[in-house]
Amino acid sequence: MADVPNLIPALPEIFLVCAAMALLMLGVFQTGNEGKEGVKTAQLISNLSLTTLVLTLLLVTTIASGPVLTFGGMFINDAFAVFFKVLVLIASALAITISQEYVTRQGIARLEFGVLILLATVGMMMMISANDLMAMYLGLEVQSLSLYVLASFQRDDARSTEAGLKYFVLGALASGLLLYGCSLVYGFAGTTSFDTLAALFGAHPEEAPSVGLVIGIVFILAGLAFKVSAVPFHMWTPDVYEGAPTPVTAFFSVGPKIAALALFLRIMIGPFGDLAAQWQQIVVFVAIASMVLGAFAAINQTNIKRLMAYSSIGHIGYALIGLAVAGQGGDGAVREAGIQGVLIYMAIYLFMNVGTFACILCMRRSDHMVEDIDDLAGLSKSHPMMAVALAIFMFSMAGIPPLAGFFGKFYIFLAAVEAEMYGLAVIGVLSSVVAAFYYLRIVKVMYFDALADSLEKPIGRDMAGVLVGTSLIILLFFAWPTPLLSAAAAATRGLFAG
Amino acid sequence: MSEFPILSLVTFLPLVGAGFILAVPGGDAEVVRRNARSVALWTSMVTFLLSVFLWVQFDTASAAFQFEERGAWMPAFNISYHMGVDGISMFFVLLTTLLTPICVLASWETITDRVKEYMIAFLVMETMMVGMFSALDVVLFYIFFEGVLIPMFLIIGVWGGPRRVYAAFKFFLYTLTGSVLMLLAILAMYFTAGTADIPALMEYGFSADMQTWLWLAFFASFAVKLPMWPVHTWLPDAHVEAPTAGSVILAGVLLKFGGYGFLRFSLPMFPDATIEFAPLIFTLSIIAVIYVSLVALAQEDMKKLIAYSSVAHMGFVTVGVFSLTGQGIEGAIFMMLSHGVISAALFLIVGVVYDRMHSRDISTYGGLVHRMPVYALTFMVFMLASVGLPGTGGFIGEFLVLLGIFQVNTWVAALTATGVVLGAVYMLYMYRRVIFGKIIKADLKAIPDLNRREVLVFAPLILVVLWMGLYPAPFLDVMHASVESLIEPFEQARAAASGVAVAGR
Repeated sequence: MADVPNLIPALPEIFLVCAAMALLMLGVFQTGNEGKEGVKTAQLISNLSLTTLVLTLLLVTTIASGPVLTFGGMFINDAFAVFFKVLVLIASALAITISQEYVTRQGIARLEFGVLILLATVGMMMMISANDLMAMYLGLEVQSLSLYVLASFQRDDARSTEAGLKYFVLGALASGLLLYGCSLVYGFAGTTSFDTLAALFGAHPEEAPSVGLVIGIVFILAGLAFKVSAVPFHMWTPDVYEGAPTPVTAFFSVGPKIAALALFLRIMIGPFGDLAAQWQQIVVFVAIASMVLGAFAAINQTNIKRLMAYSSIGHIGYALIGLAVAGQGGDGAVREAGIQGVLIYMAIYLFMNVGTFACILCMRRSDHMVEDIDDLAGLSKSHPMMAVALAIFMFSMAGIPPLAGFFGKFYIFLAAVEAEMYGLAVIGVLSSVVAAFYYLRIVKVMYFDALADSLEKPIGRDMAGVLVGTSLIILLFFAWPTPLLSAAAAATRGLFAG
Repeated sequence: MSEFPILSLVTFLPLVGAGFILAVPGGDAEVVRRNARSVALWTSMVTFLLSVFLWVQFDTASAAFQFEERGAWMPAFNISYHMGVDGISMFFVLLTTLLTPICVLASWETITDRVKEYMIAFLVMETMMVGMFSALDVVLFYIFFEGVLIPMFLIIGVWGGPRRVYAAFKFFLYTLTGSVLMLLAILAMYFTAGTADIPALMEYGFSADMQTWLWLAFFASFAVKLPMWPVHTWLPDAHVEAPTAGSVILAGVLLKFGGYGFLRFSLPMFPDATIEFAPLIFTLSIIAVIYVSLVALAQEDMKKLIAYSSVAHMGFVTVGVFSLTGQGIEGAIFMMLSHGVISAALFLIVGVVYDRMHSRDISTYGGLVHRMPVYALTFMVFMLASVGLPGTGGFIGEFLVLLGIFQVNTWVAALTATGVVLGAVYMLYMYRRVIFGKIIKADLKAIPDLNRREVLVFAPLILVVLWMGLYPAPFLDVMHASVESLIEPFEQARAAASGVAVAGR
């Protein structure tokens, strides 16, 4: 028993990584990798990748049980992990769905696309389940390396190459910071295991931690803030979002963010939970800065992908309010409310964002993509249904009830008020008003401006399916919120129990 | 009491109608338009008839909430779907359901572009407004309160005038800013009291310190919505740019959100803060009444003039509400109802000539009485009602408000009363310039009088205004019990204070 670790908790990851390898093999040995044949192969691989993701999703949900540790305590599978894994798998599956048409049209249909997304997903699932600094870093790097390649997937395009390179250089820097933080923590605490760290810090809560340890935590925080693109580590976001191929941007804005946030929550609440006094102020600052910058910097954007980049920075700011609340201390219920708010927020954010990017992917005119907000002028006349969907997403992002985005913000502010962090809450709601301005601007362009030059008409079947699905989820969430609320509550309890 | 969920039916029936319009397949454009109009009209008419049933069944002797419905919504958070009306909110529901079919009818010919979307927007808005007035859970209330912004934003922005984009944004962002602060107050209340149920919150009794903050946060929202001076500036813009029916709903119903909010939240939940801040409200209201009336006098645009007159009238409403006397509050509610009908009618009246001449400037017109006698008569009825002529609904409200405030503070009463005179000045001045004189402008010489549809639009409104003015008892009876229980704590406080003052001397 000692030699072979229990593989069952990690079965989804193992399955996914084996499937990715198999698909790579399958793709490579298909006849002809160029021209029409190549496109066919790529389509086959991406369809198979989609199937793999769905199967993994089934695996994740079926083997879900109480918290199980394996690989010598480095890997944990609990309700919290399951919640985030489901989100990440949905994000990857939706990203592949909306990318298929795009990659074919742009002439970048290569078999690696699906495989890379699968590998990135494996990395993300590792991050979510990490219970040790080493496991965490491993997951993070598997994910990041796949993403660097994906960012520059359109290799003939200077902007895409630039995005990949920028992402790589800055991402490597962030990984370095993170790793340095890990080594400091290890140096001062003598262990990398989350459980041992938690026990260590929990044993002497009255004792102030050593300076080196605090510096280590700050470095880890900085590295993670980079990964979730929170201010002041957000500079790469607009450029990478703009340059990367749009479906990749869609993927970037949800999958990796959700995974990194899960890791963020786990590491801050788990091993460093008793040192909250050390990091809570930083999180408060990062949350405020992200919300405010996300709100103000987006106002002048003309490119919709850049706008979405700033919007996602703002959204991360709101989500971090939940973490700040959880770090505030107080009784357990308040801390749980904060984490639960983050979970609900990210689940809703996933659907709004994928939906919005599906709309952006439909923006093309005479066979090339357009990305200016003004290109949406008069969309409500030429594509009424798409305009309705995009309007729903925009109002939802602005947090106007009864759309789902309102409830995301509602639970976050609920937690903030419960923890009596009124200042944070007031800044949050006011910056959401500022942000409402630029979301409304998109609605304005679609509905109030005259139709200039219509976007291309038929929307692909996959795309229409994603649009209808996500917009209905966002529109009708209010009618039946219980499933998400109870799932988030269970996941939160899982995190605090572990 | 019947178990039949009539309130939910009234609230969500318009939504069903909207879904129906959406589901009707597109074919010939003209047919689609006709279908959308008829579906919207029938839906809103049926909704109105159902809501009349509310009035018939209403128990005027009780101050409690009636037609209550309760369903689990977010059980983990103890937030429920709880609806019900009392004597204060019941007539607002009726006002909403009355004005919606009139709006549909008023837009019958004027809206030719995107009729389907227009009708859907109005029906969705009706659901939100009725829901707002009958929600008995603060979270539910907030959702309806804010949800109105989306259809109204689109109505102003899509079907509005030349500066519609500016007006729509201003409207949206002003109201949103006020509302988000209210949201935080709602959350704070929810945590302090441990419930989101409005009747339970009314019983709770917040600490004096907390009341001050909560009151201010709610004030931020309601003052913008009402609107009170100095945050009223969005209103003239929104009114001028909105299509006629949009202005009707804006003036008729949306402005009442603020006054209703004060009555539903500020007064019963934060009584100490209400007494503390009453002088602030009086000051702002007097400024609104006098200054804004003068501003109205200087307007050249008819819609703008009526918009400013609304701000002035709302000044009366706030004075009445914060007089904290039975007459004052009943007068304020009555005034909101009569203003809902009168200002709605005035906007429709402007809409009639706007449809014909495409101008809202007073100087475009003159001598209309010669060509449009029926129009001139209709205009006169509502103009005089707005001025507060005895025999119209406008009089009862103003009279009761002044009666109420006079018992509390004669100075405030005297200054507010000047608004009655100023109101007469700007309304009569406008009426004279538009209706009387000789027709000198060539393009006015062929202007047609009201057609059958327009008469149909105005007839019910004239009836209601005269009914309210000549026999207001049925309206006041419904309010009476609820208002009594609302002012009870204030009466006690006043009695205690005078006792202390006497003892102190």
